[in-house]
Amino acid sequence: MNLYHFASPSTFYHLAGKLIPWFAWGAGILTLWGLYIGFFQAPTDFQQSEAYRIIFIHVPAAWMSMFIYLVMAFWGAIGLAFNTRLSFMMARALAPTGAMFTFVALWTGAWWGKPMWGAWWVWDARLTSELILLFLYVGIIALWAAIDDIKRGDRAGSLLTLIGAINVPIIYFSVKWWNTLHQGASVSLTKAPSMAAIMLQGMLVMAFAAWFYTIAVALVRVRRIILERERHTDWAKAILAED
Amino acid sequence: MKSRHKKLLAIGLGLAGIGIAAALILNAFQSNLVFFFSPTEVTEGKAPTDRAFRIGGLVEDGSVQRQPDGLTVRFVVTDTAKSIPVAYKGILPDLFKEGKGVVAEGKLGTDGLFTATQVLAKHDENYMPPEAAHALEQAAKAQKTVVPQ
Repeated sequence: MNLYHFASPSTFYHLAGKLIPWFAWGAGILTLWGLYIGFFQAPTDFQQSEAYRIIFIHVPAAWMSMFIYLVMAFWGAIGLAFNTRLSFMMARALAPTGAMFTFVALWTGAWWGKPMWGAWWVWDARLTSELILLFLYVGIIALWAAIDDIKRGDRAGSLLTLIGAINVPIIYFSVKWWNTLHQGASVSLTKAPSMAAIMLQGMLVMAFAAWFYTIAVALVRVRRIILERERHTDWAKAILAED
Repeated sequence: MKSRHKKLLAIGLGLAGIGIAAALILNAFQSNLVFFFSPTEVTEGKAPTDRAFRIGGLVEDGSVQRQPDGLTVRFVVTDTAKSIPVAYKGILPDLFKEGKGVVAEGKLGTDGLFTATQVLAKHDENYMPPEAAHALEQAAKAQKTVVPQ
């Protein structure tokens, strides 16, 4: 199989169209399943009682906010090095979802912080670096929107994405490197998770739901971008005429 | 070397450069990035004396005392090595408990009493149902009685 085959916008347009329903339905089913575990199956927590249930939204959103950024940086690097058009389009298609998840992580975190810590917001390293991530997303989207020349815009935005990528390990390790009010990681690759199995299960199902949702909306968005950029080609004209 | 390999190398070197720069900057600002000081650091004189700062640690068991005015609370923050007495007037967060994590913002008086203007609860990364927590507690107690200290 030739991978370059799928790097062609027209092929990918049709492939994405076939994949979208699968990921959209997957996201819906996983969300319902995850929320059911989160609200009905998972027990209360020994110290935070019911309020801890926000982790079923907060943690998947925070993971996705960092992960989407790394994927954007990856596509940006590929685009800059190999001059592949589709990778820049993927980076652009992912950015709004990443910004959305960052906002959700900050917002649910504030809701959690008020009853648990006693403050909506504190300037500790974890919260501050996550806020910088939101500014990076907004800045990159604004930069893309501000540059009319598509090729220049792609390169400028991806360069900014790559420079900002240094923030992601800082967010992730902030709770380890410095004294923060934010608690350490409950789930990591290096140690056994420090939460009850059913709670962990609910959180992981919600994380997969967030993945499926992200893939579905990114594919919808990348199809729009492909059509817009290829509107002068015959195949795109044919599709646009059908609509 | 093909031009795209050159570009890839340039991107890699660029990222490494940014990484090193960030590491140096963060290292230089280490003390400013710290959200709170531990009681040991405070007794070693690492905390500022002229302005407000935060101390963090555990609320020492049996140290919480309500003052007669009904609003002021006194407790001791400890990191098990050193401890600092704290006075706070106001409402405590729900998670504030003896033996649990706390972060207090305020000033250290010359008498060694830390007068807090804000008290935040710091919870840990452990999540479990109350029954499991109870079972763990019982197990810890049982172990204590079996092994004489």
